Amino acid sequence: MNYEDMLSDRVKTIKPSGIRKFFDLASQMEGVISLGVGEPDFTTPWAIREAAIYSIEKGKTFYTANQGLLELRIEICKYFKRRFNVSYDPVDNCIVTVGGSEGIDIAIRSILNPGDEMIVLNPGYVAYIPGVELAGATPVTIQLREEDEFKLTPDLLKAAITPKTKAILINYPSNPTGGFMTREDYAKIVPIIKESGIIVLSDEIYAELSYEEEFCSIAEFDEIKDQVIIVSGFSKAFAMTGWRLGYVLANKTFTKAMNKIHQFVIMSAPSPAQYGAVEGLKHCDKEVEMMRDSYKTRRNFVVKAFNDMGLKTFKPQGAFYVFPCIRSTGLTSDEFCEKLLEDQKVACVPGTAFGDAGEGFIRVSYAYSLEELKVATEKIKLFVDKVRD
Amino acid sequence: MEDKLLLNLLQKNARMKITDLAAALDESKDHVIERLTELEKEKVICGYYTIVNWDRTNNEIVTALIEINAKPERDYGYDRIASHIYKFDEVDTMYLLSGSFDFLAVVKGRTMQEAAYFVASKLASIEGVTGTQTYFVLKQYKNNGIVLVEDEEDKNDRLVVLA
Repeated sequence: MNYEDMLSDRVKTIKPSGIRKFFDLASQMEGVISLGVGEPDFTTPWAIREAAIYSIEKGKTFYTANQGLLELRIEICKYFKRRFNVSYDPVDNCIVTVGGSEGIDIAIRSILNPGDEMIVLNPGYVAYIPGVELAGATPVTIQLREEDEFKLTPDLLKAAITPKTKAILINYPSNPTGGFMTREDYAKIVPIIKESGIIVLSDEIYAELSYEEEFCSIAEFDEIKDQVIIVSGFSKAFAMTGWRLGYVLANKTFTKAMNKIHQFVIMSAPSPAQYGAVEGLKHCDKEVEMMRDSYKTRRNFVVKAFNDMGLKTFKPQGAFYVFPCIRSTGLTSDEFCEKLLEDQKVACVPGTAFGDAGEGFIRVSYAYSLEELKVATEKIKLFVDKVRD
Repeated sequence: MEDKLLLNLLQKNARMKITDLAAALDESKDHVIERLTELEKEKVICGYYTIVNWDRTNNEIVTALIEINAKPERDYGYDRIASHIYKFDEVDTMYLLSGSFDFLAVVKGRTMQEAAYFVASKLASIEGVTGTQTYFVLKQYKNNGIVLVEDEEDKNDRLVVLA
């Protein structure tokens, strides 16, 4: 029997992740030093772990409300008000999801019809385009430019909007580029969004990892707030990747629609994770700050290391990635990463895994200790020197 | 330069090289040295220590926590009597506390006898000290933010490459 033929057309059109091939290669090697992982190296703060364990001990092992524990939604909304001065109602505007990933999926599926276009940034996180395709809609990419530090500029946005455009998916601070949108940057594109009436799906998972400037949520602009769906979560700020816990914030109509999908597909996010997250939002500001401070020093360190070895790297103001340009080596992104892995056993991710606009770049995660970063960047320098010889 | 970041880095690794400090802080080396010297002068940085887990060596070190009650003095309060106590080399750390006793001193000695002798013959006999209570440390779990026993596994189950 040919099981391939039995697959849905839709799933067949989805391309496997560009990272997969590289992952297989790297995991077969012994002693690889990795700068390839997009997750914090910190273990979840103990207060959060302890609260989750306590909830299990107390027998809180049941489904929560579909939308998530009310207590957690209240804390999420309080947090958003406190940190970014945006008001949401815990009942009407908030759903606790299984990671930011689920939030992206239910948001996309709630708003897109076949034939609709959704603008996606390139380079961008690997799950966005498949997400749009799985909804039967058409992804339209904007090629971001290095000279803009991969920001979304008004000219790029205007040029991408067509009569079919239903929404745009943005992600700042950005994986993979570390690009950042300040309030001034947003102020330039907000009028276009307002005028066109498109929906903005804003993946703000790296919001807490903003270094120089205060993070600005696009929902802070009142005139378009109801056009915005915010996706965020606990993975990056609270070092909770394995817990799979995120949330969406949106207007009442969108929230109701997303909750329809969420309740049938997910039921509710894991209960222990939700209890842990309540503790995190209430009492872990200082742990979040400690991690942010630590990432900041690591960022400074790697940016300097790459620029010193002649790989031009702008200093990203958020997330935990740098995006060095490797064109000066004469290699493609794929070649650079494969040869670097063979030669020095250091794993980085080719920029092309995040879209063709990533050609000429590599994504380097600095969610590693300074000691590890030092060793890894020294090895990368050895490789680069060798290539140039 | 953000002092907090500099101090955090040094508190985690006092042996960090100036070059690395400068890179991590995005500052020049000269600037870092200058600021370090100032912080040392201002006694913000009071020293650079190594955290040793003596339990893993052949050297015996006994640690005792001593609660001390004392009679405060006119004009001096607790400070003069405190200085009389903390000047002893045996006293490693000392605090004035609120609560049912006045000072907590961390005393180190080579043997239990040595520490006990110090308490009985030196500490307790100081004028103004009205009582002591000695607790010998049996096991050290955490010191200065560093867990000294093995409890959590290494993070080597972290994936190598992930988007």
